[in-house]
Amino acid sequence: MNANAKVEEKLFQNRYRVDSGRPHIRIKDEELCATQCGTQQCTICCPAGCYTLEGNGRVVLITDGCLECGTCRIICNDFRNVAWEYPRGGYGVLFKFG
Amino acid sequence: MAEKFDAIVVGAGPSGNAAAYTMAKAGLKVLQLERGEYPGSKNVQGAILYSDALEKIIPDFRDDAPLERHIIEQRMWVLDDESYIGTHYRSDDFNKPPYNRYTIIRAQFDKWFSEKVQEAGVMLICETTVSDLLMDGKRVIGVQTDRLGGSIYADIVILADGVNSLLATKAGFHPEIEPKNVALAVKEIHFMPQETVEARFNVSGDAGVVIEMAGKITKGMMGTGFLYTNKESLTIGVGCMLSDLKYQKISPYRLLEEMKAHPSIAPILEGGEMKEYTAHLIPEGGYKAIPQLCGDGWMIVGDSGMFVNAMHREGSNLAMTTGCFAAETVIELAAEQKPYSAKNLARYREKLDASFVIKDLKKYKNMPDVFHANPQFFTTYPEMLNQAAHKMLRVDGIDKKTKEKQIMADFKHRRSLFGLMGDAYKLWRAFE
Repeated sequence: MNANAKVEEKLFQNRYRVDSGRPHIRIKDEELCATQCGTQQCTICCPAGCYTLEGNGRVVLITDGCLECGTCRIICNDFRNVAWEYPRGGYGVLFKFG
Repeated sequence: MAEKFDAIVVGAGPSGNAAAYTMAKAGLKVLQLERGEYPGSKNVQGAILYSDALEKIIPDFRDDAPLERHIIEQRMWVLDDESYIGTHYRSDDFNKPPYNRYTIIRAQFDKWFSEKVQEAGVMLICETTVSDLLMDGKRVIGVQTDRLGGSIYADIVILADGVNSLLATKAGFHPEIEPKNVALAVKEIHFMPQETVEARFNVSGDAGVVIEMAGKITKGMMGTGFLYTNKESLTIGVGCMLSDLKYQKISPYRLLEEMKAHPSIAPILEGGEMKEYTAHLIPEGGYKAIPQLCGDGWMIVGDSGMFVNAMHREGSNLAMTTGCFAAETVIELAAEQKPYSAKNLARYREKLDASFVIKDLKKYKNMPDVFHANPQFFTTYPEMLNQAAHKMLRVDGIDKKTKEKQIMADFKHRRSLFGLMGDAYKLWRAFE
């Protein structure tokens, strides 16, 4: 129980069936994240840490660990720059307990 | 020619299952679509099951439903950084069957519920995501799935697709969800021997305890935490409104880690093995955030319709009840041979209005606004209450009258007399 525990260690406990090469969430305009969005709050609020802020100010999204909650879609309400769908049937996170 | 059904239900959570079950029992030809590998594999909840709502659907559910513990004690904790002040209510009456509520593990419970739904005659197809609604003008006539040739038609489509309510949003039935109307909750499940759970909570057999928490664990954000006892595991979680999280510099998992490290919580979890980490949005916008609930050929049930009583931590019961009302509306109109038009389906809203669902949500309609506008309820008050208790209980040679004066002076200093009175008034108005 470490306050600095990495989210990766948590996600490691989960079961996923990753739809390789077909991410279900997409940043519509990456330029907008880098230049117009001051807060880049998705990099903080995503509970699976799917959004990371690169040194050059760009936001990179990797959906493999996504918990399919919808937070990124709803907090991006100033720009609506997240194209968000559920994964294809059967893919994505598969909760053992829920 | 594609196959046509009397009704399609999108989603196999509590609301979708309740709707599908009720319609199939009445003899309707029902198709249910679920995007998970099996019903429950995409679903997340604390989770508490309230017996009353399920009893109305499956009276003998206790015979074989996977239930964890029946709750005999509820604790409410208000936390400061190092302490908590709270109330515990335990009653032996809650320890006598039929039990009033249970902790459940959703992946197991939803699977069980779905078996009942299928036994009732519903055709369930899993691993199928509904991507869009099929429209004829303003009327919904079916769904488009992600399977090859995935158009399926029905006279009525019931949207039980969960809090994100993507299908209704895409169809333009309601605007995008606002951050102030949903909370993000993150949760972990920790396994430990059954005896350990029972010793730590002073329970035996299948009895259990729930702890609801508020205070500094949410760092001033509007939100709450919880800790529930399962048979041989504990679930612990914390949730905050997205409108507050949006302006914080702390990640949700860090918030959960800090909560788990609280000196009053850490010993309860000691030695447990964490086996899953989940996140889920909870529609907590209340009465004012309820979207349009029906139109030509469609109805919304469960989380998708904002049916959560955040104040009382009730959701699955509202989901099941709304599912039943929607199904009953369909059954009645079918019997009367009336079309599923917006006008006729308004009967669903009437059923909701006459029930505890809307009555309770209406009662607390101002609660979200009051808490949004007054963050002191999540920071200053927990501190003040904990410090007051600490001062009164610490024996240090200072007389009690002087201590009381110091506490009153501290309260006035921090909130002013008008502030205290104003806060009391706001709470009273919100609860009345």
